[in-house]
Amino acid sequence: MEEKKGTKCCGGFLAFVLGFLLSVVAGWVLFPGMLYSELDQPIPFSHKIHVEDQGLTCDSCHFFREDGSYQGLPTNEQCSGCHSEVVGQTQAEAKYVQEYVQKNKEVPWLNYQYQPDNVLFSHKAHEPFECTECHPDVAKADKAPKYYENKLSGYSKQTMKMWQCERCHAENGVSNACHVCHK
Amino acid sequence: MHAKEFKIRWGMVIDVDKCTGCGACMVACQVENNIAPVTPEVDAWAGVAYDASNKLRTLNWLTVYEINNKKAFPEYEVAYMPRPCMQCASPACVPVCPVVATDKNEEGGIVSQIYPRCIGCRYCMAACPYHARYFNWFDPTWPAGMAKALSPSTSTRPRGVVEKCNFCHTRFQQAKDKARQEGGDPNSLADGAYNTACAEVCPSGAILFGDLNNPAHKVHALAHSKHSFRLLERLGLGPQVYYYSKREWVHRLGDNYLPNEKKA
Repeated sequence: MEEKKGTKCCGGFLAFVLGFLLSVVAGWVLFPGMLYSELDQPIPFSHKIHVEDQGLTCDSCHFFREDGSYQGLPTNEQCSGCHSEVVGQTQAEAKYVQEYVQKNKEVPWLNYQYQPDNVLFSHKAHEPFECTECHPDVAKADKAPKYYENKLSGYSKQTMKMWQCERCHAENGVSNACHVCHK
Repeated sequence: MHAKEFKIRWGMVIDVDKCTGCGACMVACQVENNIAPVTPEVDAWAGVAYDASNKLRTLNWLTVYEINNKKAFPEYEVAYMPRPCMQCASPACVPVCPVVATDKNEEGGIVSQIYPRCIGCRYCMAACPYHARYFNWFDPTWPAGMAKALSPSTSTRPRGVVEKCNFCHTRFQQAKDKARQEGGDPNSLADGAYNTACAEVCPSGAILFGDLNNPAHKVHALAHSKHSFRLLERLGLGPQVYYYSKREWVHRLGDNYLPNEKKA
């Protein structure tokens, strides 16, 4: 009887270890891939063409309005300043002009840094920082980075998290009071 | 509790003698802060089950109270008192919150309320002597199409959390951004650069808003006037909302005075 009990115990332990390893592999390797869907921008946008070939700067399109609010991603109003008709040779541009400018429809760009409704981020207050301290340096990129959408929350994987905001505020001696960032 | 000191103290002076009780401030507040009007629910059996006339269903950050001097005509007088959150110097609601969803810690002295953090225990509502806090018993519902016209300056609140007036706090942020854009100092805004929706809309100019600590702001002098008083001042919470009236009986209704007691 006692011998039998002993073997039963070890078999259970082995099964536990195997199960544990399986869960670890599933949780660390498989799940993160399953959690995010990989999306592309509706129009393959090349910052390189605009910056290097056309000599635009960041604030040609991403600028502050007169009241200090931030334009963020440009709308058709800005883009059609040059793209009211097809001006280049790329397919992407032709598609943009035909499907969005001529139909007077805004491009549903995927915003890598989209914040929840209860967050108020002021670009103006963060103006002394370089854009690339928070945003990826896309100025020389020919292709827009992949967009990873969290399937559960619907937010972008790249969105800045609250702990990142708090850490930078603390390091720079800026208040971390709730209302500084929340609305 | 020791009150925190702030360089800027946003406050309000409400001239009770000028207020006509029109309620425009309440409407402006609802629009600015995405407070849902109660959508009537129609029941197949009973007809309209409830609408906004059911005051158990309504919610206002700012409420206009009507008071009178309890005298017969021709001495009868009436007055209206708009009641926002008082943004007390030492708020009763803040220390009772078990999850720090409400705090008074930002320059300007506005008592914050963070909805996703609130667990809906309603201790703060029990603590607030001004009844300035409201609980969402139901999810907000907007009439068809109105949800598209929501203001981006305030996040909407779900069922189960407490909310209250925050002096249109996003306008404060926007005023600071504008000051930065124009090369000014965001920490010393000019009088009127930051104004709440209720003060902006008030047709008789009864609600004035500004920095109580800044002598260049109109509210500074008015708050120190002998005609100014605060609601339940003797509780010692130090409200940042002042009322202004030249009528003695209005002053007496601002606190619990005994019938023969002289007002200090």
